[in-house]
Amino acid sequence: MTTTVTGGRGGTDVSALPPSPQPPGATPPAAPSSEPVRPAGRSGLGRVGRPLGVGVVGLWLSVMVLLPLAALTVTSFEDGWGGFWEAVTAPVALASLRVTIVAAVVVALVNAVMGTLIAWVLVRDDFPGKRIVNALIDLPFALPTIVASIVLLSLYGPNSPVGIHLNATQPGLVLALAFVTLPFVVRSVQPVLIEADREVEEASASLGASSWTTFRRVVLPTLTPAIISGTGLAFARAIGEYGSVVLIGGNIPRETQVASQYIQQQIEIDRPVNAAAVSVALLAIAFATLAVLRWYAGRGLRREEDSA
Amino acid sequence: MITVTGARKSYGDFTALDDVSLEIPAGTLTALLGPSGSGKSTLLRAIAGLEGLDGGRVVIGGRDVTGVPPQKRGIGFVFQHYAAFKHMTVRDNVAFGLTIRKRPKAEIARKVDDLLEIVGLDGFQHRYPAQLSGGQRQRMALARALAVDPEVLLLDEPFGALDAKVRADLRQWLRRLHDEVHVTTVLVTHDQEEALDVADRIAVLNKGRIEQVGDPVALYDRPANDFVMSFLGSVARLGGQLVRPHDIALHRTRERALQLDARVGGSPGVIEAVVERVVRLGFEVRVDLRADTGERFAAQLTRAEADALALQAGDTVFAHTVQAVNPAEAEPALAI
Repeated sequence: MTTTVTGGRGGTDVSALPPSPQPPGATPPAAPSSEPVRPAGRSGLGRVGRPLGVGVVGLWLSVMVLLPLAALTVTSFEDGWGGFWEAVTAPVALASLRVTIVAAVVVALVNAVMGTLIAWVLVRDDFPGKRIVNALIDLPFALPTIVASIVLLSLYGPNSPVGIHLNATQPGLVLALAFVTLPFVVRSVQPVLIEADREVEEASASLGASSWTTFRRVVLPTLTPAIISGTGLAFARAIGEYGSVVLIGGNIPRETQVASQYIQQQIEIDRPVNAAAVSVALLAIAFATLAVLRWYAGRGLRREEDSA
Repeated sequence: MITVTGARKSYGDFTALDDVSLEIPAGTLTALLGPSGSGKSTLLRAIAGLEGLDGGRVVIGGRDVTGVPPQKRGIGFVFQHYAAFKHMTVRDNVAFGLTIRKRPKAEIARKVDDLLEIVGLDGFQHRYPAQLSGGQRQRMALARALAVDPEVLLLDEPFGALDAKVRADLRQWLRRLHDEVHVTTVLVTHDQEEALDVADRIAVLNKGRIEQVGDPVALYDRPANDFVMSFLGSVARLGGQLVRPHDIALHRTRERALQLDARVGGSPGVIEAVVERVVRLGFEVRVDLRADTGERFAAQLTRAEADALALQAGDTVFAHTVQAVNPAEAEPALAI
């Protein structure tokens, strides 16, 4: 064994890993102050391990992510910049992108509010069946999305037992996207709320703040990073959603056809360049979303951890 | 002035407060002292309104606030773990109570600057709590509580999370601060030294009841019972009676011991004991002894006394108390 663990540093890397959806800015006070991640050579495998690890990771990312993305981008520019631009700005393509983005924004905002509310109720309130409800939150995520579509169709479709017909409408589209993106905000806000220091709220109350003022000025700011990260992930997911909107969305061009459906359609009628071009547009949006999230998380991190 | 009457509070089977009545005079710094689980924090939180009572009343400054929420009690509360608003600067933290009262900006700025100067955080206005040390954070929390001009200031183990040196400095500082601002202050602590050091008055709690209330000297010299005595300083058991180790005198001869012991009333008499160990602790010397009854106890001597006796392990000495301790004659616990 060639491992050369330097004293006490072994655990640092673990604590420096961000606990998945929870943004680093919201790290509870009790958590060990995250030190900068040590270079792998010092804490993990020895000199042999480092190039090997970097090599494997590089290869994996290349085969899985970078090369396909590059290939897609190359395909989209097969007819040159002009061809790409034409494909993206074709009226139906543009309409599908607009429908996608508008629906995703609406869904993200609905999630930001409802997800926070659900997380709040699950953490702060006690009611019978709480554990079951808590487990149910992940169901839309775990369910095959086409099943989600059928589920929604059976309730809000043409044969709706409750008389609500959302089949092939934009509200139907939003409903389907909201269904599959439900867990994102809930699951990112929940751990932050669980870790939240209740004394801070008591301090606020002792200073004369009403419950609402305490929520708005003390609790909400600590939840904001988690809400934004969850909302961003929900948005990114909604942008690319396909399965759940296939049945209830209706696929009506310029109305309920989302970008992913447009791409599928273009492939079917053998227009790979059009498909690739719109895909690259989606890719750019997703990438921009993630970049903004990272920037935001980094900003929060600096503000709370910087001890200059 | 705070008056608590007949306060009762249980959590399931656990009784946190068992019919507690206490009067805290205006302008004093009173310590609620007791071991963990004695109900001292519960009592403080009940005064603040952060904890509801099962029974009893709380009156602050002549106003019955029993059912009043903490927002409207006119209190300032300081928590053991600071409860800082992490997303706000030091200035915004301290200004919070004034900001939500929508006071004019200029007034808030002036008051916050004044307070930060008082607590020694001048120049830290734009820092975030994460950029302060524990002691600084607690001083910020104190300034924040004082900003709203509370009628009473309530401190829940305010120095509990700090290391020993900062702790000692901060309690001196708190005492000086109290002498300046004179706000009625209640401090919860499990540290008898801290209570003796800063408080004008101490209420000793045990198992949800108040054992004794009084000034530090009275409590130390005339404890109402064995619990108060052993909680407020070290004790030795001499002839079945609790005495302070520094109240034990040692002599080489029984005659001398008897002669001096006769002057002290109610003492356990002269005890013959064998020296087991002599420990020099700077100016003080602790002598570990075993009485002829087999009972072990320790005496605390000055260096000069120990040198005069030239004690060695194995020597036989005669011990007696120089101070009579008779709990029965001491002041009883204040009952209202």
